[in-house]
Formats: sequence, C-alpha cells, structure tokens
Amino acid sequence: MKATSGKTNGVGGRKLLLAAALSVAGTGLASAADITIESWRNDDLTIWQDQIIPAFEAKHPDIKVTFAPSAPAEYNAALNSKLEAGSAGDLITCRPFDASLALYDKGYLASLADLEGINNFSDVAKSAWITDDGKNPFCVPMASVIHGFIYNKEAFKEVGVEVPATEDEFFAALDKIKADGNYVPMAMGTSDQWEAATMGYQNIGPNYWKGEEGRLALIAGEQMLTDAGWVAPYAQLARWKDYLGDGFEAQTYPDSQNLFTLGRAAVYPAGSWEITGFNANADFEMGAFIPPVPNAGDECYISDHTDIGLGMNAKSENADAAKAFLNWVASAEFASLYANALPGFFPLSNEPVALEDPLAQEFISWREKCQSTIRSTYQILSRGEPNLENETWNASANVIKGTETAEAAGARLQEGLSSWYKP
Amino acid sequence: MSLNPSQTQQRSSPPKPARRVGFRLHILVFLAPAVLVYTAIMILPLFGTMQLSLFQEVDNSRVFVGLDNFRKLLGDPRLSATFWNALSNNAWFFVVHMLVQNPIGILLAAILSNPRLRFRSVYRTAIFVPTILSFVIVGFVWKLILSPLWGVAPDLLEMAGLKSLFKPWLGKEAYALTTLSLISVWQFIGIPMMLIYAALISIPEEILEAAECDGITGMRQFWKIKLPLILPSIGIISVLTFVGNFNAFDLIYVSQGALAGPDYSTDILGTFLYRTFFGFQLQLGDPHLGATIASMMFLVILIGVCIYLFVIQRRLRRYEF
Repeated sequence: MKATSGKTNGVGGRKLLLAAALSVAGTGLASAADITIESWRNDDLTIWQDQIIPAFEAKHPDIKVTFAPSAPAEYNAALNSKLEAGSAGDLITCRPFDASLALYDKGYLASLADLEGINNFSDVAKSAWITDDGKNPFCVPMASVIHGFIYNKEAFKEVGVEVPATEDEFFAALDKIKADGNYVPMAMGTSDQWEAATMGYQNIGPNYWKGEEGRLALIAGEQMLTDAGWVAPYAQLARWKDYLGDGFEAQTYPDSQNLFTLGRAAVYPAGSWEITGFNANADFEMGAFIPPVPNAGDECYISDHTDIGLGMNAKSENADAAKAFLNWVASAEFASLYANALPGFFPLSNEPVALEDPLAQEFISWREKCQSTIRSTYQILSRGEPNLENETWNASANVIKGTETAEAAGARLQEGLSSWYKP
Repeated sequence: MSLNPSQTQQRSSPPKPARRVGFRLHILVFLAPAVLVYTAIMILPLFGTMQLSLFQEVDNSRVFVGLDNFRKLLGDPRLSATFWNALSNNAWFFVVHMLVQNPIGILLAAILSNPRLRFRSVYRTAIFVPTILSFVIVGFVWKLILSPLWGVAPDLLEMAGLKSLFKPWLGKEAYALTTLSLISVWQFIGIPMMLIYAALISIPEEILEAAECDGITGMRQFWKIKLPLILPSIGIISVLTFVGNFNAFDLIYVSQGALAGPDYSTDILGTFLYRTFFGFQLQLGDPHLGATIASMMFLVILIGVCIYLFVIQRRLRRYEF
C-alpha cells in the first residue's frame, strides 16, 4: 500500500484522494509486496529458492519472497549493522536465546504475541524466542536439532555388538570394538572444543540432570553445577578418552566427520544436522541410538534443541506480508516441507510430521519415547562473563583429555556462574 | 618559505630558477593523498578506539566511565588472568621469532650472498614464497601436515623409525603455542632473509677487499666486518617482528579458532580482543571492553617501539660508505 500511495506524490489532489480511497479499499485484500528474508543458512539457498518459496508464492501470488542469506560466521555482525542502518530485510532468521532477545530489546524485532500461528508451538519450542516474563514471543520457532549417537551398522554387525541402551552396555560395546581393532570405537576430537561440549556433555547430560527439571532448577538456583546430576556427565566423558582415535587432541570436527563417513569409526556422537552430509558421504548403512541411560528402565531424556526461528523486522514496511509468511511458517505444510527438504532439522510445531529419511525418522521418533529438553547453558545462563557456554566447551575438552577432573570442572563452572548470576 | 633572499647569498649560492614560488603548493598536493588516506583509515580509528574504551553501555545508552574499563580489565581476577595469559603467550610468540626466525634469516642471507653459491635465485624465491601465501592456506596446510589422522608428519616420522616422537602437537597445551610460532616462523622467514640479504650485498667491495688484505676472511670476516654493518637492518627487523607478533591474530584464529585452544594455551591478545569485541557463540560482544584491550595492545607496542627508538637505536653505530 505504501508503494501505491508513494507513486502519487506530487500529483494532483484528486488523484491522491483516489489513491487513498484505493488503499483503504485495498485493506484486507492482498497487496503486492516484496519481502526479504535475512538468514545465515546459505547452505539452504537452493532449498528455499526451489521448494519453500515457490510453495508459499503459490498460495500468496501477490507476495514475492527473496531469501538473502549471508555466511554463518558473519551473520550476527552483518545483521546488527543492517538493522542499525535500517537496511535489513523484512524477516529475520533468529539465533536462539540472547542474541535475538537483545535485538527485541533494542526494538529491532516485533512482538508476535498476537500472531495466530504462534499458538501451534509448545512452551519448550517457544522458550528460545520469548521475553523472560514469557509474554512476548518474537520469533516463530522453525527447527530444532536432536542429539544422539549415529553408528555404523555394518561395523556393529561385523564386531558383533548390539545397540546399547544403558551406560554399561555402551562401554561394553566400545570395549568390544576396541578389542576387535578394526575400527576406532568413537569418532570425536577435542581440537575444536565445541564437539566435546555439544556432542558430548549436552548429548548425554540430560539423562543425568533429568532434562527440563534439572535445567530449570539450575536457572532457579535450586541446583548447582557441583551437584551429582551435573558432574556425572563429566565423569562419563572422562571415560571416553580411551575410545577415541590416536591424537584426538588435535582432531578437528571435519576430521571426526571424515573418520566416521570413511568407515573407520564405529560410533559418532552426533547432532541430527549431520544426517544430510552423512547420507551423501557414507556408503554404509547407518543407525542411531538414544544417549544411554544410567540404569536399565530409567526414563530417557534427549536434547531437542531449538536452533532456528523466524522473526519480523519491527520497521518492516510490508508487515502484513511478513505476517502472512510467518503464519505460513507456523503451519503443518511448511513443517513437512522443511523437515523433508532438510532431514535433521526437525519442525517444532505440535503437528505431527512424517519424514522420508529413515535416519531422521529414527531421531524424531525419540520425541515420543523420551522427554525433550534444550541445551542447559543456552537460556539466561550464558548472559554474563565468564560465559557459561564457552566455559563448558573448555571444561568438556579438558575433562576428556584428562587435564581436569569432573569434580574440578563442575566446581570451576559453578564458581564462574555464581560470580555474576544471582537467581 | 619567504621570498626574501639577500643579494650576497644569491650570489654565492648556485644558480637558481628565476621565479621561486614561496609556498610550494605541489608539496601539499603530493602529500595529501597519503596523509588523508592514512588519517582516515589509521589515525581516526585509533583515536576512535581509544575514545570507545572510555565509555560503557548502560541501559542502551553510552555513558562516560573514565578508566573504569581499564580498571576492570586489570583488576577483575578472571579478566586479568586472561589478559596476562594472552600477553605472556604473545611474549613467548615473540621470543620464538627472535630466537629462531631472525638468526636463521640472517644465516640464510649470509649463505645466499655468497657469490660462489649456485642457483641462488631459486633458493631465494623458494624461501620467500610462503611469505606471500595467505595465512589461511598456511594454517590449513600445516594443520593437515601435522594431523594425527591424515598428516604426512606421522608417516614421515614412521619411515625414520621415530614414530614415538610424534605427538598431536596442536592439541597439547604444552606444545601448541610453540608449534604455531614455528609455523609462523616458517611462513615469514623470507622477510628477514630478504632485508639482510639486501644489506649484505650493499656492502661495498672495497671494504671487503681491504679486510681480505688485512687477513680477515671467512667466518671472521662475517663477525668482524659484515655483522656490524648490518646491525641497523637487524634492529629494524626486530621492531617489525615485535609489532607483527603483538598484533598477531590470523594464524591462531585460523588454526585454533577464537577460543584459542587447547585450554587457552594459544590465546594471544588478538584472539582475546576478537572474542571480547565481537562476542563468540553465546557470548555477546562488548565493544567497549574490546576497545580497552585494543588500546592496551597499542600501548604495549608503543612502549616496545619507544624502547627500541630511544634506547637501542641510539647505541647502534651507522656507517656511511
């Protein structure tokens, strides 16, 4: 509408009146609009261009959508400067938690409290993009990633091990693979540090701190990082050392991926985002198993971490078109389209989605068996200095290498957290 | 310049062009581009950074806090531990360069300047090539060479029967920083080599011939004649190394990431600044504290260069040929 009235600038009064009348009449009707999406997912460019946007434009022929991603490492900085300069796109892909909350607090992201589609999501799904008081969601949750272990089915068959369900079975299986000698039992390195924290600590941890229960208690100050539930996963990680490849201290994330997809390692502590890449590179059959529980019959918990959301630029000139798009993103149609185009990025909406990829289907099926939680360090607890997430990377890598004990790591992290966080 | 030459002076001085303009505008014109560009992209940002370090953001507005950021950086037990760790890592990085890069650079230059050496230009080029490579390539290539999984280093050691000597050097706290320093030495050794080489070949033949007449040849000639003559060049190289090392960032960032692992053992001021200024993962950036670190880096380099200029350079004797 803005475009229509803009054209009449400097023209006679009658035309202006006519235009005004037209634009009033146009309210409620669809108006032609171009909207642009800012994103860091430049890997997904073709999927957006060939599948997602055409599907949306087929339903809303009057809205033209452009997907304009930048490189992941530059995204936050680039987006911030664009928002400051007022040149950012209408829709903003949201990083989870504080990075986006800061944008909302600065008035760059619009509140979506009255967006219809936002009700299609559970509280856990919304938790990544909502104000601390829970009143104003500002991004529509788009996708989550689930942690677990991916394993080489052929290697398991060859060595003769079963998929482990408990801690003891897990280490027994690794021992057997190690004794067999043909495979590196587990593909992980500590060089990049985040692997140790994300695929290690946050992967197995929820079983020990009991998912949301422990996470929320930590935020509320009822639990400490020195409590058994938070130290136990470190004690587990300390035992991993013997099962990693030679020189794992200098092994990087791509090294680990290659080690597994080349068929040289049997188990890969994973995040579901690996599925697409592994499907393309591995020529053996893969399976996935839930992080092993301490004792048989224990309730299982998985990290189903909110990763990507979509918000609206508060200064967007095409707010209606942007909202139409957001409502569509909240729909079941988008969920199934997105999940199948990008196996491993799971939709967060309450509507059930069937996935064609068997490995992805295995991961998403855990939502029915286990309790979901998100990574413990992401909400609120990484706001201060020292940053709990970064420190967790460091501590997890140290514990696996054996340069710090589980208890010492827990004590150090708690001390750092207590220095600025008062629940 | 005033247009007031006295008669006598004019007579005694060599003939000059008839019309001498007092104010030589062309000097300004020729200086302007460099001065303007340098001011715009170096001097203004430098002062901007220092100004930024005196402020802090409180409730979305910028407040003047004086030297509070510096007090926080040096007084807060965690921040100051990180800062001193980074500074001492920087110092070690510099020491390795001074002890390894510059002596080997001088040695290579001395060998290259020997007129009897064949294929001189081939060696010269080969040794200089890494200097013009991108640090991204250098970091990546060395990471691959030293990789315990696919690297050639473990295989080569195995061929020599020394496999037991191999360690995942970049992943061990004790070795990582030294390994990276040596990689940087490998990359930049061409620079001291070229500068010293240029200084060595500019030593006039007569001096060397005179030395030979006095019976000073070979190694003694190098120590007694050539080395004193190239000392000013060595001084300049030391300053360049110092400034380059304390500004270093790229190689560490490319090969170890912004967290400068393992366990911050390769964290230098550059990576500490990057993490603080731009933020990292969930850590949001703090431009004011980042600017404080940048100002400290500037201060450290300023002090180092001043020590060189006022203490060392004055004692260096220069020879006019």
